[in-house]
Order: sequence, then C-alpha cells, then structure tokens
Amino acid sequence: MARSFLQVAATEEVPSPLRVVQIEGLVILKIIKHCKEFSPALVTGQLLGLDVGSVLEVTNCFPFPIREEDVEIEADGANYQLEMMRCLREVNVDNNTVGWYQSTILGSYQRVELIETFMNYQENIRRCVCIIYDPSRSNQGVLALKALKLSDSFMELYRANNFTGEKLREKNLSWVDIFEEIPIKVSNSALISAFMTELESDTPVTQCDYDRLQMSTKPYMERNVEFLIECMDDLSMEQQKFQFYYRSLSRQQAQQQAWLQKRRTENMARKAAGEEPLPEEDPSNPIFKPIPEPSRLESFLVTNQIANYCNQINGVAGQNFHRLYLMKSLHDN
Amino acid sequence: MAAGDHTVLQLSTPSTVNLSAKVHPLVIFNICDCYVRRPDQAERVIGTLLGSVLPDGTVDIRNSYAVPHTEFAEQVALDIEYHHNMLVSHQKVNPKEVIVGWYSTGLGVTGGSALIHDFYSREVPNPVHLTVDTGFRNGEGTIKAYVSVNLALGDRQLAAQFQEIPLDLRMVEAERLGFDILKTTAVDKLPNDLEGMEVTMQRLLALIDDVYKYVDDVVEGRVAADNSIGRFISDTVASLPKLSPSVFDKLMNDSLQDQLLLLYLSSITRAQLGLAEKLNTAAQIL
Repeated sequence: MARSFLQVAATEEVPSPLRVVQIEGLVILKIIKHCKEFSPALVTGQLLGLDVGSVLEVTNCFPFPIREEDVEIEADGANYQLEMMRCLREVNVDNNTVGWYQSTILGSYQRVELIETFMNYQENIRRCVCIIYDPSRSNQGVLALKALKLSDSFMELYRANNFTGEKLREKNLSWVDIFEEIPIKVSNSALISAFMTELESDTPVTQCDYDRLQMSTKPYMERNVEFLIECMDDLSMEQQKFQFYYRSLSRQQAQQQAWLQKRRTENMARKAAGEEPLPEEDPSNPIFKPIPEPSRLESFLVTNQIANYCNQINGVAGQNFHRLYLMKSLHDN
Repeated sequence: MAAGDHTVLQLSTPSTVNLSAKVHPLVIFNICDCYVRRPDQAERVIGTLLGSVLPDGTVDIRNSYAVPHTEFAEQVALDIEYHHNMLVSHQKVNPKEVIVGWYSTGLGVTGGSALIHDFYSREVPNPVHLTVDTGFRNGEGTIKAYVSVNLALGDRQLAAQFQEIPLDLRMVEAERLGFDILKTTAVDKLPNDLEGMEVTMQRLLALIDDVYKYVDDVVEGRVAADNSIGRFISDTVASLPKLSPSVFDKLMNDSLQDQLLLLYLSSITRAQLGLAEKLNTAAQIL
C-alpha cells in the first residue's frame, strides 16, 4: 500500500528496543585504565558512539576530571566536555554521546544520583546506557563490566514522581524492574586484532588465569558481607518508616471513625430536636488530613543493591568451590 | 679542539643510550583506531605520546592522542593549537601524564619526521619517537621506538640520528582482560564467573597434559632430557604443601563450610527481600 511522502514523514518511527551494546576493545581498555588509576576513588567519563537499530555501538570514550565541589568548576566541566568533543571530531571520532561510564566499589552503584543522571541524559538523547565497571572484581580475573539502562515503565513513574503502593501495583513494577541489564558484545577493528594476534602469540596461560586460580578471596568476601550488613540496616530503617506510616494511618482512620460516630449521634440528637444536621465531613479537622505515603524508591534501590551483593557472593562462592575441589584432587594425587 | 689532522665523528654523550621505553596496550589501540579513522588523503597519522619517566630512566608511555597534520613533498604542518588543547584537556584528568614523545604510523623514519621531532624536542628534553607499521610491510606489524642522538663533528652539529631503543610492550592489562576478547573482531558475550573458571581449568588441564606427555617422552627416551625443565617440574611438584591427609581434610572442610555458610546467608537474604517486597507493595489499608 503506497503511502504518500507526507504520511511517511509524519509517522514517527518506533525505536526498536535496545538489545545489545557493542563496545570496542579500545573503549574497554580506556575505561579500565581510567578506573584503575584512580581507584578507590570513583570516576566517571563520557561514552561516544553510534545508535544503530537495536545495537548501540560505543566507539570511543573520554574521562571526566574529578570535580571538586565548587560552583565555578561547574562551567569548567561543561567547557572541558565541549573542548574534548570538538577535538575528537577533528580526528573523525564519532561525536555522539551515547551515555556515560562510572566505576564502582563492589557493585554498590544503585543510588538516586544514578537515576537522576539517567533522566538528565534521557532528555537529550533518545537512547543512552550507563556502563558500570568494578575494578575490585577484576583482580579476580572477571571482567566486571555491565551495561545498564532504566526500564521505560520505571522512567514514566519517576517522571510522575509517584511511588505509592497503588501505582506500583498497577504497573506491576517491582524492584527488579528498575534497571535493565543489556548484554555486551565486544568488537575490534581488523587492524587491531591483527596487531594483537601478532604481538602476543597464543600463550596457553595468561595473567587472567592466574588471577582466577587464586585462592585468597577472603578479603573480598569480607567486604561484600560488610556492605551487605550495612544495606540490611538501611533496609530495616526503610521498613520501620513504612511501619510507622501504616500505624499512623490506621490510628488516623480509627480517629476518623470515632469522630464520625460522634457526629452521627449528634445529628440524631439534632434531628430529634428538629435542627439542621451537621455535615458528616469536616475537612478543617486535622484528623482528616491525609498523611503522605513515603516513597518506595529508596527501599527499591537498597533492595537492588542487596540483591547485587548476594549475586556477587554466590558467584565468588561458586568459584571457590571449584578451586577447593581442584586443590583436593591435586593433593590426592 | 684543534682543527687539522683528523676529525673524529663523535656521538654525543650516550647518557641516553640506556633509555628504554615501555608501551601500554592502550596506546597501540589508540594509534590503530586513529589510523583507521584518518582522513582519506592522509597517508599516515601523527600524534603525541603521553606518559611519565620512571625514576630509573625508562619512559613509560601510557596514553596518546592524534594530532591533525598536513604533509606536502618536503614540508609538514602540525596543528599546534589542537595539540596544546588536547594536552590541557588530558592533563585536567590526569596531571601526572606529560608529553614524552610522538608517534607516527608507517615503517621507518622519513625526512619529515626529523622536523616533527625537532618540534617535539622543544617541548620535552628527549622525546621518544614511536613508529607503528600499520601497513605490515615486513609481513608483520613492527613497532619501534627511537630517540634522536646528535651527531657532532668536532664542535659542529652535523645531524641528528635516530637511534633505536629497546621497547617493552607491557601487556598486563590486556592479559587481564583476556586475549580472546581483544584478538577477534567480535565477541558475542563476556564470560561470567563460572564460564571463565571453566576455561581456565581447561587450560590448566591442557598444561598438565603437556607436562605429563613431556615427562613420558623423556622417560621413554624419545626426547632428550633438558635439565632446567626437569628442575622446574620438580620444583613445581615440590611446591605443593606437604600436609598430612587429616590436616588437609580438615582445612578443606572448613573452607567448604565457610563457603556454604556464605551461600546460605545470601539465600536467606534473598528470601527476606522477597518477603519485604510483598509486605511493602501488597499491603493495603482497608
């Protein structure tokens, strides 16, 4: 069915859902270098690339300088960004921002600031991702790189700034739905893969393997469990907030009922006396003031964080099992 | 020095002959990327090398960026302002990285390179010149580093000679990443914990098989015995700690139980999370 040009131009293309993030090896190396140099401080940087169909290609990146909490440096930061993008444009690097990357410690990145940054970026760019890199896990031979995106339903809710229980039940949104993890593909240009193959012939064992076979994971696990404990404390605080809210809500309702009863008996008395019945509602009475429901965002984030820690613990414990059995068989022989 | 009978071609004090350079893999990636993206009419790419000079004199090259340039028959023009802008920007992030030299793609050193080297030596006392042969002209990709040494005849400067210095390609970070990711043109999935573990164990198994075969061959006389390898093998086998079986078992079981404890803890936590979730969102005030 032929469509006129106007029709085609008028229909907005539905963006295909983001399925894969394709990163170049160069970008990964840059991120690793930047995060490692400044660890344990947390650093961020900008990702540049192209948005093609259902694949988001990240072809280059540049780091942000560590910003002090100073108002003048705010403008400086924007200048730095523009300067870098302009310079990179001159050497034919893709100039579109497709997101940003940040480093994290032990996977504790779910914070409100992350969501706010996401919303900021989302206003200007149709599709953006955040890449999280964990330098502490790389000491164990695992490339801890994750690409995250906020789910659409969550974004709508956030814009409406409405996190009450009913809304959430309506949308069937639970804490797993906040962040969506997108699988990462790595690509390299042919030239660089030729170089790499040339420079490092296939060694049977690499540093990566040495890292993986290391037995001492105790400090890592200890820190993980420490963070877990802190988060549980936060979670219980949030729970207490909710309990307080519910208690005060039910108390208020009891008060309302009592008041209503009083009004009703008063009205009956008035009717018996032949006077006008008083209204059954009194908005000026403080017990009718609706109590605001605490936002669930924090508790969701904390829950996400805890789940993350649990996953990490599971992963490392699994690896440890392998290693222990390896040791056992070596010893038996 | 008296002019007259004989003049001696003198290379100036070889205080820099002990110089060597270390290159991080990121630099090579950067250079290749810039080469692939170069404008159509340019044959080669030129750029600045950033890094630091280690206390023992070796130059540690950590980062790089390309500088647009134009080249005619005998002249080369570099965009100096761009070079300075990029330098300032880079130093905002990492003030410790300074200019240590420059790079160009293509094999060997050309005439124009001397001019550029001159320019860079005004910025840094002894710049290192890195050439990366992206054309694979010798059938392989050669990466070489040069410093310029002054050739003086008596008191007069004759020329500057590019002298090669040893280059060390430190691939530690790339190794950490796993070469499989960097060598092929596309990797579909990053390996997660357990898959990586599997790969590593397979490699270990292959190694042990190789050693086993070698020892068998030597014992049967098929391969000549090499004493140093034999010593290595015996050292390795001896490095397994000698623990009595009961002590080792106890150790193993303790560690196993620790891990199981942690797994249990994380499962409980998740159950708790599920409960908390239900309480939070499903609860309604009637």
